[in-house]
Amino acid sequence: MNPALWAAKTGLDAQQTRMTVTSNNLANVNTTAYKKSRAVFEDLLYQNVRQVGGATSQDTQAPTGLSLGTGVRVVATEKTYTQGNLAQTGNSLDVAISGRGFFEVLMPDGAMGYTRNGDFQVNAQGELVTASGYAIQPGITIPDAAQSVTIGKDGVVTVQMAGQSAPTQVGSLQLVDFINPAGLQPRGENLLLESAASGPPQTGTPGLNGLGMIEQGSLESSNVNVVEELVNMIETQRAYEMNSKAIATTDQMLEYVTNQL
Amino acid sequence: MDRFLYISMTGARETLRAQTANNHNLANASTTGFRADLSAFQTRAVAGAGYASRAYATSATTGWDASQGALQSTGQDLDVSVQGQGWIAVQALDGSEAYTRAGDLRVDPSGILMTGAGHPVLGDAGPISVPPHASVTVGGDGTVSIVPLGQGPQTSAILGRIKLVNPPPQSVVRGDDGLFRTADGAPAPADAAVHLVSGVLESSNVNAAEAMVNMIELARRFDLQVKAMRTAEENGASSAQLLRSG
Repeated sequence: MNPALWAAKTGLDAQQTRMTVTSNNLANVNTTAYKKSRAVFEDLLYQNVRQVGGATSQDTQAPTGLSLGTGVRVVATEKTYTQGNLAQTGNSLDVAISGRGFFEVLMPDGAMGYTRNGDFQVNAQGELVTASGYAIQPGITIPDAAQSVTIGKDGVVTVQMAGQSAPTQVGSLQLVDFINPAGLQPRGENLLLESAASGPPQTGTPGLNGLGMIEQGSLESSNVNVVEELVNMIETQRAYEMNSKAIATTDQMLEYVTNQL
Repeated sequence: MDRFLYISMTGARETLRAQTANNHNLANASTTGFRADLSAFQTRAVAGAGYASRAYATSATTGWDASQGALQSTGQDLDVSVQGQGWIAVQALDGSEAYTRAGDLRVDPSGILMTGAGHPVLGDAGPISVPPHASVTVGGDGTVSIVPLGQGPQTSAILGRIKLVNPPPQSVVRGDDGLFRTADGAPAPADAAVHLVSGVLESSNVNAAEAMVNMIELARRFDLQVKAMRTAEENGASSAQLLRSG
């Protein structure tokens, strides 16, 4: 069918994808440590109908040609790793990363996942786990009789045991960084996976080598800016309407041909 | 067949092509750094014996709109936009130097500075390599500097300077891949007067209202051409009728 219809159709597709990204951002406005996504658009290939500069005679060239664009596509959805606000919760097992880095967790399939969500819990074995029940790596076990847990800025986890005056160190939280965090593959459950684009994980101690610090008793909130998303939504909707109008107009043009001839 | 029919037919065909170009602009109404395609009609007179009454229409791409798109603040260090005229130099897939206005930059796993569409950004000496860093800054003149991992903000390493060019707009043409190149293929010289703004993305410069009006106009013009084709058919039918009654 006519390329005019298809160019407008790619516009509808792209705006639809952008709307999906925007509504996912809005849905996760209260998700701990959620990082907003953004759809990246690119114009599609151009079709050269008439070559510019083609020889019109031995000595002259056509000053203009005709190259028709074929529309738009979504080339990527990328996450924006700006810092979310730190919300004080007062819970001793809630930790937030202030700066770069991710916590490493062991997923049920044995692979490693990465998250900035520090909403930790203790499971039946006393292990420190995420809200989904996945163990933090390297594993940390909180003893039964612990009276209180303290997590330092550098990730050192100490517990106060009943009847002891000095706190006991039970392990330390480590952070992992990537050269291109935007290349991590989102998996859901606040988890991200290493990909060929993210580069390999580099483990380190919080606060050293550019990694962020650990804040106990806080959670990082989502970095979605609601107003920005609403403006995005308006822009997306209007662009969608215009592309749909373009399809309707092209359709009317073709319909007129079939009716008149 | 009547020549009149063929003239109307080319008019309708070329109007539909112009509509394709217009739809392409509308589809890219929110593509970062997109430059609207400009198209115009030209006459092609048909020479020959007799009265020269025939002139076919051809639709032609006459260039791209050089106006500045709206600037959207994103707050990200690696989102840059060119202020006023000028281009960011990137390496196209075939290794040649090409230009873009889309400044949604990122760092790939091997540390090369890329645009969102995956083209390496060119510095004064080829692609710019960005080692692991605590923070990255793009200056107004395109200088990329980082605070290396494990160092304080007092240590700043300059990695290179993004090549910014500003050849005359009429000498820049769009390639089939959507990137821009100079018409003669020779790389444009770096221009120190081109200014980058960091934390801001330039949106598409398609004027949506203008494109919608253009769309209506093209649709009506198409209707006129088809109406003329219809008239040609009626004329033919009338002639046939005359011959039959004679």
